[in-house]
This record gives sequence, C-alpha cells and structure tokens, in this order.
Amino acid sequence: MTISIRSVEKKFGRYPALNKVDLEIKDGELLALLGPSGSGKTTLLRTIAGLEFPDAGQVLFDGQDVTFASAADRRVGFVFQQYALFKHMTVAKNIAFGLDVRKGKDKPSKAEIAQRVDDLLKLVELDGLGKRYPSQLSGGQRQRVALSRALAVQPSVLLLDEPFGALDATVRKSLRKELRRVHDATGVTTIFVTHDQEEALELADRVAILNKGQIEQIGTPDQVHDTPETAFVCGFVGEANSFEGQVGGGQFTAGSLRLPAGGVREGSATAYVRPHDFVLDDGGFEVRVERAHVQGALTTVNAVAQDGRPIEISASRAEAARFQGTVKIAARKAHVYAA
Amino acid sequence: MGVTLTVLSLIVLIPLSAVVLKAADQSPAEFWAVATSQRSLAAYRLSFGAAFVAAVINSIFGVLTAWALVRYEFPGKTLINALVDLPFALPTAVAGIALATLYAPNGWVGQFLTPLGIKAAYNPVGVTIALIFIGLPFVVRTIEPVLRDAAEDVEEAAASLGANRIDTILRIVLPALAPAWLTGFAMAFARGVGEYGSVIFIAGNMPYKSEIAPLLIIIQLEQFEYARAATIAVVMLAVSFTMLLVINAIQAWARRFD
Repeated sequence: MTISIRSVEKKFGRYPALNKVDLEIKDGELLALLGPSGSGKTTLLRTIAGLEFPDAGQVLFDGQDVTFASAADRRVGFVFQQYALFKHMTVAKNIAFGLDVRKGKDKPSKAEIAQRVDDLLKLVELDGLGKRYPSQLSGGQRQRVALSRALAVQPSVLLLDEPFGALDATVRKSLRKELRRVHDATGVTTIFVTHDQEEALELADRVAILNKGQIEQIGTPDQVHDTPETAFVCGFVGEANSFEGQVGGGQFTAGSLRLPAGGVREGSATAYVRPHDFVLDDGGFEVRVERAHVQGALTTVNAVAQDGRPIEISASRAEAARFQGTVKIAARKAHVYAA
Repeated sequence: MGVTLTVLSLIVLIPLSAVVLKAADQSPAEFWAVATSQRSLAAYRLSFGAAFVAAVINSIFGVLTAWALVRYEFPGKTLINALVDLPFALPTAVAGIALATLYAPNGWVGQFLTPLGIKAAYNPVGVTIALIFIGLPFVVRTIEPVLRDAAEDVEEAAASLGANRIDTILRIVLPALAPAWLTGFAMAFARGVGEYGSVIFIAGNMPYKSEIAPLLIIIQLEQFEYARAATIAVVMLAVSFTMLLVINAIQAWARRFD
C-alpha cells in the first residue's frame, strides 16, 4: 500500500511536533524515520497509525483520505517500543487477539485462528512458546511476539516505534535481520522509527531524516550518507569531523585546513569531512597524531591540527604504522554548508 | 525471620490462641449449642452476608472511583482524593451516628427513601450501607496504583488491533486489574466482617434481624459470659480465615501471569 503524508502539522501545546511534513511511502518498501529525540519521528508514525490526529494536512492510504480514521479502521500493525503485550494472556492469545475481537462473519473460526497463530510463531521462530506468558520470555522474544501480533491481522502497513530500543546489542542485531526477513517474506509496507543511524542505514530501503518536526532529506541509505543535502543530515548520519570556517573564492578555510567549496555562498560556513575521507597526502596540511589504534580491519587515528582542532581519521589496518608523529593529510571529499 | 515471627506471635497468634483457649473452657456440647444457636446463626449470616454484599458493591464503585482519580483531571480532584481516605481516619462511631442520622426514616436521605418504600436504617440494609462506607477506600487504594502503572500503550495496542473501547476495557484493562481487585475485595470484606463501631448505630440491633456477630460478642461480654463470647469469636475466626485462604488461592491463580 502507498501512503501519502501531505503538509501534516501537529502541535503539542505550543510546541510544534510536526511542521508541514510531506512524505510519500511506496508500496512494499521498508522505510526508516530517523532523527534525534524530539524530532517528531514518533509523532509522525503515530499519525500514520491513527493514534494521533494532525492539526492540519492529510494522510492518504492508497489515495483514500484516512486522516481522521481510527487506528482500528486503518488496519495498521503497530509495534510499540515497550512491546505493550497483554501480560495476562498467553503468547498465543496475544497473537490471536486481533482476530479474536472481530465480530460476526469477519471472525475466523477457532481452527483458522490457531493455524494463523502457529504460522506466525514459526515465522518469528518462536514455535512451541505459545502457551507461555510474556513474563516468561526474554526481551527479544517479547518483541517477536509483538511483531507477530501486529502481523496477525494482515495489516496493510506495519509500523514499528523504536522496535529494538530496549534490547541489548546482540539481540538487536539479530532482530534487525529478522525484521528484514519478515518484511521480505510478507512484502508488507513497513515504517520504523529509530534514533540509531546505523540501524536505519543497514535495514531500510529508504531513510527519512527528521529534525525539529521537518523532513531534512529522504533517500536511499547511500544517498543520505554520501550526498547529504543539509548540514544536519551530514552531522547526524555517519561519523563526521565538523569545522567552522569561512568560504571565499570557492574555498573553505578554517585555520590551516583548506577544502574545496565550489558553489557555496561566501561567508561563514560549516564543513564536514568523514573520517575515512581524510587520506595521507604530502600536499595537504599538517596534523600531529596523538593516538592510532587498530580495531578489526580499520585504524582509528586521533590527531590534532596545528591550531589545536581535534581530527578523527579512519584508515586501513595496513596504514597504522604510517600514522606516527606529524603527518600531512588532505580531504578527499568534504561537505560544506553556508551558515 | 525470627523478628517477624516474634512480632507476629505477640501481636496476632497469642491473642488469637487465647480466644480459642477461652472457648475451650466449655464442654464440646456447650460450645456447639452456643455456636449454632438461632441467634448466633442469624448474626453470622448478617455479618458475612452484609460484608459480602458491601464488598461486591465497593468492588464496582471502587474501580470507577479509582479510574476517575487516575485517568481524569477535574476540579476538586484533590478534595475527592482526600475524601476517599476519610473512612480510614474517621472514628467509626462518628461515621455510624452520621449515617444513622442521614438514613433514618426522617433523616436527610431517609425521608426521600421512605415514600419509595425503602427502609435504609435499623435493618440489614442499614448495616450494608455502613459497611460500604467503611470498605470503599480499601478497593480504591489497592486498584489505584495498579491502574496508574498500567501503560496506556497496551490500550493503544488493543485499539490498533481492531478492538473497540468496550472490548479493550473488558478484555485488556479489567483482567489486568483482577489480582489487585481481589485484594481490595478481600480487604473490604474482612474489614466489613469485623466492623463494629459504625454499624451498631444504624443497625437497630434487633436480635435475629439486625444484630451483627461482633455486637453479639459484646453482649455476651457484658453479661460476663466470656466463654460464650469466645465461642462466637472462634466461629467467626474460622470462617474468616477460610474465606481469606480461598481468596488468596484465587489471587494466586489470577497472578499466574506475573
């Protein structure tokens, strides 16, 4: 199903949570809403779900206006950050709930419900745990139950609010793969909220980056990482060294650092350079290496420029030995934004 | 553990065993005759029956009160909140006299009930009214914290799965409250069974009709029939203890998911 968000606005008191947001979500895609806390990403997700209603603007599902339709009428599957499982029900009852509350001829037979529950438990690799209560499961297992409960109603769209936020790193990694697998198996349009850029870049087909209630950029993980359109995106997505300086004559200058800055308005500006975009270059500027440590295939170098500015450089493992004392480096690529 | 046992023995076990010992002063036949006399049976029936009815009524209105206090903001909320605790603090005799005055046939409330053919004082109805008053805070104060902790995202989850509001309350909210609810019910019931001060003013205290078991004990004491008083006490003790055990068992079952 396609979803269109058209100039949606939402205020909580005087605080604008969403400020004229436009967003088109394609059928069957896996989209991440990425942003810092307070950026409006969860509000946007809840507006799509019908758990919040916008002050202005429209929400369309397949071209149909559902702006003020209730969550129940939208057929969305929503997975909450804290799972929101029904703790007095077994896992199987939790998953069956959405089918169980249907009325009249819409309600599947007991056997059909049991079959569906079984299928879903298999899908999320929880077979055999149907009779347990949520309190008897680990965090990761609870989140899988929440996921299959949302999928049980065959939702037209699956919405997940920080689905892995409360889990430890290992479980988080495996659940990410799981979500991707489930998405690919079901083909359901999926939107998830996260503040973890690594998670968004790894998992999503497209990433929408929110800041202060607005979408700063939307694109594939490569696009937002490699060609960030705004300073915020550049700083938020991926690691970056940031420099405050001046642009003049197509060049950005900050102390001894010089970077190409074609097409950027003259005056004060901010430049971002990814750690892996700094390379050893005899024509470059001097930095003093404070620490170079090898981690897996990479060397992370903490250096200081002549004016005392700290710079982080990421190089290959083999180059570790060359980062010693004072070295000359240059930026292969920089993102410069007028202030 | 040792401290707990010592305190529990001094405060609870020793006085209770003294009651049993006192009752054992009589022969088993005498004990049985007092325990099962028509007057005693009528008193048990009233005490346990009225306490049960009052606890049931309190369970319903206690949940509504707790719900209103947790979920809604309204003017005077702080005042209402304090009022709920009043039955805890008020001397029970004061409550009894106030209720009797209000519900007597010529009282503020009673005068409107009399034309409807309802007699709300000096009979079992009056006893129940007093016990409702006494028991309400037990239910409200046990349900309230559980309701406050109940995350609203669970209700949103139910709604997003297609449940309407009634389904959500009946199948999600109330079942999750069940253990606390039973605790509140048990406490209101236990308090009602033992209540004396607030009841005797409104009960009318007619033997066989509106005489509660605690009053019967007092009457026996005043006539220096200590063994008879202890006999009735032992019966009440046994019945109350059994009922609380049963309620605890139901509670354990209701908590199976924790």
